[in-house]
Amino acid sequence: MAQADALYVDYLPVLLAAIVGFVLVFSALIGSRLLAPFSQEREKGTTYECGMLPLQRASTNFGMRFYLYAILFVVFDVEAVFIFPWALSFMGIGQFAYWSMVVFIGILGLGLGYAWKKGALQWR
Amino acid sequence: MNADLFGLELNVWADAAIRLVMVVTLMTVVVMGYTYLERKIIARFNRRLGPTKTGPWGLLQAVADALKLVGKEDLRPRSADPWTFELGPYMIFIPIFMGFVIVPFIADFHIRLLDLGLIYFVAISSVSIVGWVMAGWGSDNRYAMLGALRSVAQGISYELPLVLSLLAVGMYAGSFNLGVIIAGQDVVPNIVWQPMAAFIFFIAALAELNRTPFDIPLGESEVVGGPFVEYSGIRWSMFQLGEYASIFIMSLVFSAVFLGGWMWPFGEDLGRWFQVLLSGIKAGGFFFVVVWIRISVPRMRIDQLMGYSWKVLLPLALVQVLVNGLVMVNGWHEVTLLISGLVGVAVLVTVTGRVVAAPSVRPGPARPLMPTPAIAQGEAVS
Repeated sequence: MAQADALYVDYLPVLLAAIVGFVLVFSALIGSRLLAPFSQEREKGTTYECGMLPLQRASTNFGMRFYLYAILFVVFDVEAVFIFPWALSFMGIGQFAYWSMVVFIGILGLGLGYAWKKGALQWR
Repeated sequence: MNADLFGLELNVWADAAIRLVMVVTLMTVVVMGYTYLERKIIARFNRRLGPTKTGPWGLLQAVADALKLVGKEDLRPRSADPWTFELGPYMIFIPIFMGFVIVPFIADFHIRLLDLGLIYFVAISSVSIVGWVMAGWGSDNRYAMLGALRSVAQGISYELPLVLSLLAVGMYAGSFNLGVIIAGQDVVPNIVWQPMAAFIFFIAALAELNRTPFDIPLGESEVVGGPFVEYSGIRWSMFQLGEYASIFIMSLVFSAVFLGGWMWPFGEDLGRWFQVLLSGIKAGGFFFVVVWIRISVPRMRIDQLMGYSWKVLLPLALVQVLVNGLVMVNGWHEVTLLISGLVGVAVLVTVTGRVVAAPSVRPGPARPLMPTPAIAQGEAVS
C-alpha cells in the first residue's frame, strides 16, 4: 500500500504536466482564433513549393537508408534499456556482474563493427 | 496525503498544480529571455546592436513578437491532412513540457524528483520526435517531409550517445534521481571525474535540440525550415516555444548532472538566492556556449552527421560505461577516471577535427541492397 501511494504521489505530477501542456497549446490556439483574421481564399491554401505549383502528393517513396538507421537504433536502444538496471545494481554483485556486461557489450560491439564493415553506417 | 511546499502543508494535487503553474511562468519568462539574449549575443558577434527599439534596450522585443504571432493568420494548406497537421504542435510541445517534471531548479523547488529521473527524461524527450513526423507528414509538403525524415534519423542517432553518457554518470553517482546526483556533487562536480561523458552529452544535446551545426532538419538553404514550412502564426510560435523550452530543460539537466546544479560550490550553505544564482549562471553558461557554437560553426553534411554519431560518439560512450564499471568494481581511485576521461576527450577532439576537416568524399552512385528492377512507382525521395 505504501509503495502504491509513493507511486501515486510521484507520477501524479506527470499526469498533471501532460494536462497543463495540453491546456497551454489549446489556449494559445483559441487566443489566436479570437484575435487573428481569417479569410477564405483559395490561393492561400496551396502548398508552398518555392513558387511552383506542387505536382503530386509529398508522401511518396523515400530512401531506404532511413530504415537501416531505424533498425540499428532499435537494437542499441533495447541494449541501453538493458544496461540501465545493471548500472545501479552491479556494485552489489561485483566482478561477475561487471564481466558479464563486458561480454554483452562486446557482442553488441561486434554487431556494430559488422554493420560498419558492411557499410550500413555510411550515408549514401 | 499532503506535500510540503515552502513550508506549507498542501494536498498533493494542489501542490503539484501550484508547482506546475510556477514552472509555466518561469518557462515563459526564460524562453522570452533566451530569445532576446540569443538575438543580442548574435548581434554582438556580428558587430551589430540587435533589438533596441521595443522597451529599454529592446527588452520587450519578445513580448512584441509574441503579440504579433497571436495576431497572424493561421493557415492550413488545402491538401494537408487535417488531423496530423492540427495535432503536430500538441505532440511536440506536450512531451517537452512534461520533461520539466524531473528538473531540479534549486534545493527546495522542483516539481517532483522521480527516482527514475534520468530514464524518464530520455524517454519523454524523445517522444516529441513523433510530433515532428506528424508535422512533416501532415503538411503534405516536400520540404516538410524531408525535414521530418531527417529529424527522425538525427534524433534517433544522437539519442544513443545521450542516453549512454547519462547512464555513465548515473553509474558513478549510484542513482538516477537528479536530486541525489546533485547532492553527491557537494565537493567536486561530476564534470571533473566524467569529462568525456560531459563532452558526449553536450554534443548529443546540441543534435537533439537541432541547433547548429546539427540543424540539418531545419536548414533554410536545404529544406526551407523543415517540418514547420506550412505552419504560421501561433502554431509556428508553439514550435518555437517548444524549442526554447527544451533548451532550457537541457541546460538545467546539464548543469544538474555535470556541473553540480545548485550544490557546488557552497550552494547549500549560502541560502536560496545563492542557489538561484548558481543554477542561473550554469544554465546561462550552457546557453551561451550553444549560441556561441551556432554563430561560429557551419552546418555539417548529412553523411558527416550520421557517421559522427554511430562511428565516434556511440563507441566512445560505450567505452566510458565500461571504464566506469571497471574503476568502480575494483575500487580504484577516482583519479583513474579523470585520467581516462581526459584521454577520451583528447581522442574525441582529435577525431572530431579529422571528421570536420575531411574532404567531401563522393560515395559513388547508390547501390541497391537487393537487385530490384528499379523503383517503378514514382521517384525515390531522399
